[in-house]
Amino acid sequence: MRIELSPRASVSPIWRAIAPVLAFVTAFLIAGFVIWLMGRSPIAAFQVYVSQPLSDPWALQEILVKATPLALIAIGLSYCFRANLWNIGAEGQYVIGAVVGSWIALKTHGTDAGAWVLPAMLAAGILGGALYGLIPAFLKTRFGVNEILTSLMLVYIAQLVLDYLVRGPWRDPKGFNFPQSVTFDPAATLPPIFDAGRVHYGAVFAAVAVLVTAVVLGRTLFGYRLRLTGDAPRAARFAGFSAKTTTLAVFAISGGLAGLAGISEVAGQIGQLQPSISPGYGFTAITVAYLGRLNPIGILVAALVVSLTFIGGESAQIMLKLPLDLTQAFQGILLLCVLAADALVSNRVRIVSRGGVR
Amino acid sequence: MTTFEAILLTIVTASTPLLIASLGELVAERSGVLNLGVEGMMAMGAACSFAAAVTFNSTAIGVGAGVLAGAVMAALFALVVLGFAANQVGSGLAVTIFGLGLSGLIGAPFVGARRDPVAPLHLPGLTDLPVIGRLFFGQDLFVYGSLVLTLAVALYLNRTRAGLILRSIGENHASAHGLGLPVLKTRFLAILFGGACAGLAGAYLSLVYTRFWSPGMTAGRGWIALALVVFAAWRPKWVLIGAYVFGAATVLQLHAQAAQFGVPSQLLSAVPYLATILALLLLSLRHGRAIGTPGSLGVPFVPDR
Repeated sequence: MRIELSPRASVSPIWRAIAPVLAFVTAFLIAGFVIWLMGRSPIAAFQVYVSQPLSDPWALQEILVKATPLALIAIGLSYCFRANLWNIGAEGQYVIGAVVGSWIALKTHGTDAGAWVLPAMLAAGILGGALYGLIPAFLKTRFGVNEILTSLMLVYIAQLVLDYLVRGPWRDPKGFNFPQSVTFDPAATLPPIFDAGRVHYGAVFAAVAVLVTAVVLGRTLFGYRLRLTGDAPRAARFAGFSAKTTTLAVFAISGGLAGLAGISEVAGQIGQLQPSISPGYGFTAITVAYLGRLNPIGILVAALVVSLTFIGGESAQIMLKLPLDLTQAFQGILLLCVLAADALVSNRVRIVSRGGVR
Repeated sequence: MTTFEAILLTIVTASTPLLIASLGELVAERSGVLNLGVEGMMAMGAACSFAAAVTFNSTAIGVGAGVLAGAVMAALFALVVLGFAANQVGSGLAVTIFGLGLSGLIGAPFVGARRDPVAPLHLPGLTDLPVIGRLFFGQDLFVYGSLVLTLAVALYLNRTRAGLILRSIGENHASAHGLGLPVLKTRFLAILFGGACAGLAGAYLSLVYTRFWSPGMTAGRGWIALALVVFAAWRPKWVLIGAYVFGAATVLQLHAQAAQFGVPSQLLSAVPYLATILALLLLSLRHGRAIGTPGSLGVPFVPDR
């Protein structure tokens, strides 16, 4: 038995829309099977993972909270992936953005510095993430070094930088030796949108990023240039588009947005620096970007859907004693299913038994 | 035993998993498939081998389970990238995320358990020689196995017909297909071999190197194995050299941390990752772009008929 692919002459829009849904259902079935193998009830798990968060106002708010960094990072990654460039180091750019932004918060701590602190922190976060993202881009354009491996190695380095700072020079002297910085002043804190809520202004940044990206990709020369560089690099060269400039630009954009996500999370949610400031948002955002088919609106929807798996994973850990790793495993299998479903969009698939149709 | 001897011995132990995983990836990449799932396959190998070894109280069964786990993950990867011709970078990454998560699930009940050391080779007379005795004649079987594997992969690729077919498929799959060579079948077997090697490398990590399981214990070794293949310009001999250089860097930074030079331990921990970036950079500086890259590397193959 083997699978036979033949390219479709034209891609139907129906398939294009159905494919991510199909992938999601398949991933759920596989995850259910794994849970069943572990001797638990898949139906009970489904209830904890999906039904409960969707019927609980507190959990609905948490979905928005966790979808915020996912959407911001994934929007940035969509620029890279559209140009066929592989920035898989968003997690590191997120961390460096948080570190550089927090530097201002810690320098102005207790000084009554005023309203400029927060905007400066956000700008520094964007700048830090963008510069960190430019390292693999520069190594690629200048020396031809593969961006996949360098961007990933930089994740480990970024995490070690953060670890060093919160255990060493930036540790709160009054923090009972815990590896964490001082709690940020109110002037260095990103406020919630609604007084009682937990959804902070990062959600607004994410929404703006989605809208701007929709316009840039659909209506500008730069968007056209990205698509052309990704789909037909030779044509892009003949059109006079420099691949190097494109590479640097998309890495700066995605690094900057990841950095913004990082500083927003620290200034909005956590309120201080600590060794762990991300449950793997930078990697999960890759799944989000593909689940959203690299389309800004699609990514927004995908971020909300994948955010649900984080919330569900947390309650499943408490209520069913299912380890948090299940969430990561699910996100991996989901990405695999999404990519496989893409094959259904562009190819006709037949299962052929051996000695069958020639 | 002097400290110097001890350092040499630990370098061998640190290098062996890198060597085994890199050899597997080398064969897969020579067939034209970029497998970024090594890290996940390695984690699965480490978790499954440790779980099986503790459950059945047998290192042999543990190693078998590790190899099998790596191969099963590889089969999943192959289904998606060969069967559905999906994007190899994304799919490999997905396998890594999946493998890291699933290995955490499988290993969770075994956190805290320990295994006894695996008995090293002992040849009376030879092993007891000063300095070189333990180093050359007193290693565990994996170490000798990894060296034999290096030789076998080199001979297979360069001296056999099957190796020639594999390389030609990796160089240009369309032409190879035109000649009637089995592109997908060869790639499938190459991916399986790569996964089995990654699983074996993971088994070595949890059964020999640390002798316990902890989540995320592969700590990027799968990615370093990928970098080694590029660094070695897709040649087995250079994978061997590269693996030992990296193993040495890892061990020396650990000793430097223990010696407390007043350098932050995080800086020393970053050495393997910084060294990887530096190695890739130096290679590109010398050759312009990475030489020896298989022509069809990472390109999905859909036969036209």
